[in-house]
Amino acid sequence: MTAMQIFFLITGLVILGSALMVVTTRNLIHAALWLIVTLFGVAVLYAILNASFLAVVQVVVYIGAIAILFIFAVMLTRKEMRDRGPQLNTGWWLNAIIALLTFGGLFWMLQGWNGFSKTAADFPSGYDAVGQLGKALISPDAFVLPFEVASVLLLAALVGSVYLAFNRK
Amino acid sequence: MMIPLSWFLILSAALFSIGLFGVLSRKNAVAILLGIELMLNAVNINLVSFWRYGDVSQMAGQVFAIIVFAVAASEVAVGLALVISVYRRRNTVIADELDLMKW
Repeated sequence: MTAMQIFFLITGLVILGSALMVVTTRNLIHAALWLIVTLFGVAVLYAILNASFLAVVQVVVYIGAIAILFIFAVMLTRKEMRDRGPQLNTGWWLNAIIALLTFGGLFWMLQGWNGFSKTAADFPSGYDAVGQLGKALISPDAFVLPFEVASVLLLAALVGSVYLAFNRK
Repeated sequence: MMIPLSWFLILSAALFSIGLFGVLSRKNAVAILLGIELMLNAVNINLVSFWRYGDVSQMAGQVFAIIVFAVAASEVAVGLALVISVYRRRNTVIADELDLMKW
């Protein structure tokens, strides 16, 4: 058990515990704040996986934009400050069984795959992963078309959400 | 790196299942969107770990994760705009009470 493995286990426990709080806590503002903890843990996982650009983007886009948007939406859609009554549907134990079966099915499917427990090779010396990612995003042989389509999608989502949420009175 | 790939895959499967539970059993529409965010994050962990444990010179895993970021951002923006618009008209965001088109 190396230090890296212990670090991974602590991060994984933080992620799973805060994700459980996101889906079960009564107060929605608290759920959004627990979501920030989960997203930060996922950013730590990206850093463990040597995906440094994605770790920064996770903090900036997910925590900085999406989680704040959730907090705004929670504040704009409540009549009173306190959430009353049960926050879960009446058949929640059935949904818990479905979620457990999904996890079991995924685990059963993955452990039959022969690459399941392989470890990663070190980077080749002098390998620049962020530079390679930048080149792949703008190179015509690689992913420039999906990148541009993603920007058109963001523009369409911007126009659509302003149209939907605009108050005509 | 000393961590086996299976740890990342099991963690992301567990995170996906927790998000699925949230989507299925929450009453509030905003909380359902929170569950969808958890599921998208689980998928992203999978994509990045397959990039790291496969051929690191193939950037498809990371690029796909960035596309998922963009799709998640637009999905949340449109979804929350819909929730706010519904709240203005019906004065509720509980998914069970939005039954205008239900037989």
